[in-house]
Amino acid sequence: MRNITKLFPGVKALDDVNLIVEEGEIHALVGENGAGKSTLMNVLSGIYPHGTYEGDVLYDGQICSFKEIRDSERKGIVIIHQELALVPYLTIGENMYLGNERGSAFNIDWDATYHEADKLLKIVGLQESSRTLIKDIGVGKQQLVEIAKALGKNVKLLILDEPTASLNESDSRKLLDLLKDLQKKGVTSIMISHKLNEINYVADKITIIRDGSTIETLDKAVDEISEERIIKGMVGRELTDRFPKRESHIGDINFAVKNWTVRHPLYTERKVVDDVSINVRKGEVVGIAGLMGAGRTELAMSVFGKAYGSGISGELEKDGKPLSLHSIRQAIDNKIAYVTEDRKGDGLVLMKSINENITLAKMSKVTKRGAIDKDHEVAVSKTYRDKLRIKCPTVHQLTGNLSGGNQQKVLLSKWMFSEPDIMILDEPTRGIDVGAKYEIYCIINDLAAEGKSIIMISSELPEILGICDRIYVMNEGKMIGELSREDASQEIIMGMILSASKGA
Amino acid sequence: MEDTKKFSGKSILSGIKQYSMLIALLAVVVVFTITTDGKIMRPASITNLIFQNAYVVILAVGMLLCILTGGNIDLSVGSVAGFIGAIAGKLIIANKFNVYISIVICLAIGILVGMWHGFWIAYVKIPPFIVTLTGWLIFKGLNLIVLGATTLSPYPDSFLVMSTKFFPDLFAVEGFNLTCFLVGVIAVAAYAIVSTFSRIRKARKGYENESIISFLLKLVIMGAAVIFVAFKLASHNGIPTVLLILAIIVMAYSYITNKTVAGRYLYAIGGNQKAARLSGINTNKAFFLVYTNMAFLAAVCGLVTAARLNSSTPTAGQGYEMDAIASCFIGGASAYGGVGTVSGALIGAAFMGVLNMGMSIMGIQTDVQNLVKGLVLLLAVAFDVVSKRKTR
Repeated sequence: MRNITKLFPGVKALDDVNLIVEEGEIHALVGENGAGKSTLMNVLSGIYPHGTYEGDVLYDGQICSFKEIRDSERKGIVIIHQELALVPYLTIGENMYLGNERGSAFNIDWDATYHEADKLLKIVGLQESSRTLIKDIGVGKQQLVEIAKALGKNVKLLILDEPTASLNESDSRKLLDLLKDLQKKGVTSIMISHKLNEINYVADKITIIRDGSTIETLDKAVDEISEERIIKGMVGRELTDRFPKRESHIGDINFAVKNWTVRHPLYTERKVVDDVSINVRKGEVVGIAGLMGAGRTELAMSVFGKAYGSGISGELEKDGKPLSLHSIRQAIDNKIAYVTEDRKGDGLVLMKSINENITLAKMSKVTKRGAIDKDHEVAVSKTYRDKLRIKCPTVHQLTGNLSGGNQQKVLLSKWMFSEPDIMILDEPTRGIDVGAKYEIYCIINDLAAEGKSIIMISSELPEILGICDRIYVMNEGKMIGELSREDASQEIIMGMILSASKGA
Repeated sequence: MEDTKKFSGKSILSGIKQYSMLIALLAVVVVFTITTDGKIMRPASITNLIFQNAYVVILAVGMLLCILTGGNIDLSVGSVAGFIGAIAGKLIIANKFNVYISIVICLAIGILVGMWHGFWIAYVKIPPFIVTLTGWLIFKGLNLIVLGATTLSPYPDSFLVMSTKFFPDLFAVEGFNLTCFLVGVIAVAAYAIVSTFSRIRKARKGYENESIISFLLKLVIMGAAVIFVAFKLASHNGIPTVLLILAIIVMAYSYITNKTVAGRYLYAIGGNQKAARLSGINTNKAFFLVYTNMAFLAAVCGLVTAARLNSSTPTAGQGYEMDAIASCFIGGASAYGGVGTVSGALIGAAFMGVLNMGMSIMGIQTDVQNLVKGLVLLLAVAFDVVSKRKTR
């Protein structure tokens, strides 16, 4: 790709970008959110048609002018987006050949479809029948289906936009190994990712993009690649410490969950959270580590006014007094906040402005005699914008137009505005870049310094170890350990999880 | 200071896009003024426009709230309006019941109907489309049962006040209803004073204000439109009483959607129901109240319609739901929920009304009218969608 420049109204998303990918390599594309990685890939795959950008796309030495995705697919370029494009109520096979049906337009050959689909599924290492419905398989497997679908189109250049963002460690590893297998079969891959360890593991070359320009390309064979090196390129400065320091001033226990058991809302015989007890002190940051599906989110949501689950039993205690919560409203009124893991799906109203989102959980604070004081609302939002450094032209901006990190800050503002004593943060840094993560950590530290109690759920162990005073480890609905910051390490925590899984 | 909007060419353009449906409405008015040789601008026409379209405005306001919660519609409103009209006829005409008590009973029955719908939608979780489809059948059936397939007529004057009468003139000027004109002028003056004070208050507190030019422009255009209509009405019979009902409904619901927490919650639910629920909003209650309110407004509409027709008939209210739904969408409501305004629905209703009246005056046959209406509506909404897309 040569001298690519792409303009959006008011923004120069790509500025004279050059990217060279050689046949048969795995090329990683890294950069902060909003740096232009996805835009660049959309240009390459024809989502932004020829003519809407400047510069040339060269493939096998030829200048390409893709008008639509089909044109690029005909050349063997297939893009897999972060949000998977699968239809839940169709089978794996139907999805794989959607838009590329076997047989003729008036007579689809289902036998051939499923036969070929099964063959491709075997290649990607998926043990499902191609007649299974997409909704019945997990996200990790869906990702594999997407790759199988690409193989069905005779892919030569595979583009993956954050393929492991919603996968757990073992599924991620499987996916990365699959990429390496495909590489041996001659498939070139471009992978956008935030996870530096994965890039280190799989990539031959790494191109760093910042603010719409290519900064540099590192070659594993030539350059020495380290995480520090990549981070420096991404943020344009040395991040000496990825986790800001904090002096802990820990007070008394002010929130405790005792013998908490939650059952699955549909399969009520299944205990999703099983006899869990945790507590958090004033000014303390407590982490809950565990694999995906360990029951951490379910624990948090069931505590938050029974937002999840059925047959909930156990006790809550706040400031030494028993507390019973039957609705989310009650939980908020009792100064508990739950900052959801899925900020787009469950957290923000994307089509509404920043200020409307910030006040939503506690409207009474900007309301006088039943009427919303909109001016006050805007003023409040501005103070949060300045305090958390939300990058936006005005607070009337729609939250849907913000980058992931800024959306997360709006979400945090919303719950800080509800003035909680207890804040439960569920994966607060998922899918946001290193620089924004650092800022989120600083906010968490400030909140703890103000005397709030923070419960942080995270699947990234370095983050848990870097931020928390105390760490709980959960596995398969059970609490399997409690560690102080000093005693904990990645190895110990993973060891606990693995041995607990074996025992069960 | 970065938040202060500069009044530049760009902001005029975005202003045009923001008010695209209003401009389309004006265009239609201009076209019909030309094609009907100004007949549509006659005082009697404008008075008639209000009488004929009061029902759409009332229903569209309620329908807007339903649509806000996520593109949900209420198909039963026409049948419910007809059913309530039938009850009013049974009470007032057949049984000579007190008019005012009858009105209260009718409104109460409307609320019960809404609670019926709301129960199935909010607590049993049946999609609104299906629940109100059954309501459409049920209340059409009940309408016929109540009336026994006959028409009841006429209503006493005290009931007709709701829809076919005018406010009395306090001054005796020949051929001109000065009261009506003064009310228009006072309304504009009051609006100007209130909004000026709000500007001053904002400036004093250091809040941002819209630019003075766009503020004045809006004030002048709105004021001119209101005074123009007031002048026309004054040249006829004065203020129709139904206009007061409309004004109260439009202002009350504008206030609810704009300024109250309940209104804000509706937008949030339509925008992202899960996020709204996790923000402590009781979404079930919201659905229940929205559909209860819808049937209440359908009851108001039923009474106004009965008064205008001066009778209760088995066919009253048929097709009203489609007019209301169309008004909302013409007025810029999103079919996915979360976007839409009461004033937009009002503009949508006016658009439909002008279209109907203009073509009737021109003597176009009803079959052709429907064809033109359908196409114009499609064009209008397409224009709105396309112009909004470009602003992004």
